[in-house]
Amino acid sequence: MSALLDVSGLTVEFATRRGIVKAVRQVDITVAKGETLGIVGESGSGKSVTSYAVMRILDRAGRIAEGAISFSGLELQDAPESQMVDLRGREMSMIFQNPRAALNPIRRVGEQIEDVLRQHAQAGSADAREKAIDALRQVRISRPEERYRAYPFELSGGMCQRVVIALALACRPKLLIADEPTTGLDVTTQKAVMDLIVELTRERGMSTILITHDLGLAATYCDRVVVMEKGEVVESAPAAEIFSAPKHPYTRKLVRATPRPGIALRDLLPDDRPAPPPQSAPVADAGAPLLTVSGLVKEYPRENGNIISRLLRPAQAQEAPFRAVDGISFEVRRGESVGLVGESGCGKSTTSMMLMRLLDPTEGMITFDGENIGAIPAKEFARNPMRSRIQMVFQDPTDSLNPRYTAARAIADPLLRFANHGLNLRSRVEELAQLVGLPLELLDRFPHQLSGGQKARVGIARAMALEPDLVVLDEPTAALDVSVQAVVLNLLADLKAKLGMSYLFVSHDLHVVRLVCDRVIVMRGGRIVEQGSAEQVLEAPKADYTRELIAAAPHPPVQGG
Amino acid sequence: MLKVLFGRILTTIPALIGVVVVSFLLTRVLPGDTAAYFAGPAATPQAIEEVKKKLGLDRPLPEQFRRYVVDLSHGDLGQSLTTGQPVVADLKARLPASAELTLFGLILSLLIAVPLGILAAVKQGSFIDHACRAIATAGVSLPVFFTGLLLVYLFYFIWQISPAPLGRLDVFASAPPTVTGFYLIDSLLARDWEAFRSSLAQLALPGITLAIFSLAPIARITRASMLAVLSMDFVRTARASGLPARKVVMTYAFRNAMLPVITTLGMVFSFLLGANVLVEKVFAWPGVGSYAVEALIASDFAPVQGFVLAMAILYIALNLMIDLSYRLIDPRLESTT
Repeated sequence: MSALLDVSGLTVEFATRRGIVKAVRQVDITVAKGETLGIVGESGSGKSVTSYAVMRILDRAGRIAEGAISFSGLELQDAPESQMVDLRGREMSMIFQNPRAALNPIRRVGEQIEDVLRQHAQAGSADAREKAIDALRQVRISRPEERYRAYPFELSGGMCQRVVIALALACRPKLLIADEPTTGLDVTTQKAVMDLIVELTRERGMSTILITHDLGLAATYCDRVVVMEKGEVVESAPAAEIFSAPKHPYTRKLVRATPRPGIALRDLLPDDRPAPPPQSAPVADAGAPLLTVSGLVKEYPRENGNIISRLLRPAQAQEAPFRAVDGISFEVRRGESVGLVGESGCGKSTTSMMLMRLLDPTEGMITFDGENIGAIPAKEFARNPMRSRIQMVFQDPTDSLNPRYTAARAIADPLLRFANHGLNLRSRVEELAQLVGLPLELLDRFPHQLSGGQKARVGIARAMALEPDLVVLDEPTAALDVSVQAVVLNLLADLKAKLGMSYLFVSHDLHVVRLVCDRVIVMRGGRIVEQGSAEQVLEAPKADYTRELIAAAPHPPVQGG
Repeated sequence: MLKVLFGRILTTIPALIGVVVVSFLLTRVLPGDTAAYFAGPAATPQAIEEVKKKLGLDRPLPEQFRRYVVDLSHGDLGQSLTTGQPVVADLKARLPASAELTLFGLILSLLIAVPLGILAAVKQGSFIDHACRAIATAGVSLPVFFTGLLLVYLFYFIWQISPAPLGRLDVFASAPPTVTGFYLIDSLLARDWEAFRSSLAQLALPGITLAIFSLAPIARITRASMLAVLSMDFVRTARASGLPARKVVMTYAFRNAMLPVITTLGMVFSFLLGANVLVEKVFAWPGVGSYAVEALIASDFAPVQGFVLAMAILYIALNLMIDLSYRLIDPRLESTT
């Protein structure tokens, strides 16, 4: 096999306010014809920048400082822009993360495909529509004639990604670069999209570069994997070997940190930091129910337009309200961690919002420590003494911190509202910082001066400040790199053991849930499909849907750690 | 779409009622006594009382308001005491002059500011970007009456390129038959090239004055909005699929960047309505602005009320149009109602 793309000694510089930053240093990458190459790395590893350099679509501030990019015999590093315009979309194309944002929101998807076809003279005005519809059909979009006229906002995330793939493959390019194509999609959608990409590119003998942070995904779908760290390639090996015999220490760390079946939580951490499994402190009346939810329902009225159209319409013509949560019952016991799993739209976030008492249920009881807190309106709950006993860790560690508060102020926030006045605030904040492993010198920094993992620790410390009985963790590691996720998950387990709290762990990642939860609840369409012990649900699922979810999660080729 | 239009028109009703009430109260709390003004400086208290009675100003406020509303419902805005004409007739004659001037200025401004803003965003940090900033800042920092006088001084007095700044037509041309009330359009419809040339020449300087004033917000918003859109993911997709820069900037980026520009346009239009008053004075333009100011100075209630009402309706109509044009540009809005 001859090389289709040969990148050698690539160095990309960005001009920033603090001077020139080399985002990518001396990178060598080769992609053979028909090969699927995975580029894996955590945020800031330079994996996306490398691909943008190949496409020559770097930002204004970025430039290729050194190196050569040879693509089927053409030298791209200093090719004129006119030649690049011709190559992009026709010979090499790209699909992106966040498919809905990757499409022009106010142009019909069919027209966007037509734009590309016409640009590369693959279609004239007579057959453009026909060919665009055909491109949609190729990516298995049902009723392509209808979808041709759709706008991106009318399509689901998975459907949008199919349109982006159709756009990228419309002109039958030789190279496809997929930059985190499934991040933010549900597992079942992820599987469908990845299967489609692999199938279409194999069928056409195309080469593919899959850029991802997920080593498991890369190992599942790629022939060869390149691991990047801080702008440099640290290892390149066949996909099967990268898991079984990682050579570079960084690769080993990544492999270890990737949640996968058959390991324990401690196995995620690097070898050099052996830690004993979390020792559970004896919880007073452990196993007694702390939170009992019964028949919980949340309805939302359908969009009915403005006041006038609502007045004009007879009352009976209004549609039945949408049931986001449709009569669910479960309990969380003291000292237990319960996983709430499901795909987007299944009602898991709505449920956690109701348990947090930020949202009022339409029907049903939420009994917390013997009191029906569901009856207390969400508006008044902030003043209720119960408030301090239920706390939350939010999904996005950055967005959930006030950018104008220092870390110390953020952690102190709940203390200022609830703790008794005699408390020495600073010493309590320092104690909490130590508890979550946040270095004390970082306490006076603002969120933008902290890393993702550090911000996550601030968020956790804030939730722990009042020593709650129940902590709702809403995808607490979804925005973090795997190595950071490994540390944060272990931290959460340690905290639970030390403080004897209960967790409600909301997540879409089954591998993660398996590691941290005692029991698992699987939700779909506002209802509970299955619940039971983590082992039972994940190893021997009863519901078809659970089986489907488990099958869709990427399975790295090698088990164990 | 029709249903949306109907719904939107209904929602303007409370705003209109508010305007009617406010314009009535506003003219009542203004200092100055109409009756005393019209009775003349030498009038006796009895004479003033008489005038008051004649104008109905001796009645209690609710009564006066009731009468005002009843008249209004018949399309009667009252009588101007200074011109002696019904206010409706005065506004009908003068509103097109103001509207023509404002729209001309606005369109001129758009033609310059939007391309300038786009270029400044595409070539961020370049010469054109700095030029855009300089022009915009200079334009907005000069008061309109000053710009107007400066233009008159240069183009009329020094270089003698433009005609005397006296009204909408030069003295020798005759007005085209009224169809829209806009001389530019009417003269074209009548194929009266002489009148067209003349009205364009008269319109040029006041129009440029208003355009210079309104350049800044439009250019600035266009630039900011373009910069935001150009950094969005779908622009990167368009580039990555090999669409040429022109197509990326115009079809993909600019159409998306238009919404904030249109919003600003509504605000700019209302600034211009305000700036009009001064420009009309400088150029002896027979518009509603100068009419309203004269009436205000004379404590002549009816024209002021009529003016405020007309402007409010104009502004509400404009906002309605902006609202509807959003829907044309952005399909996401259409599905929500």
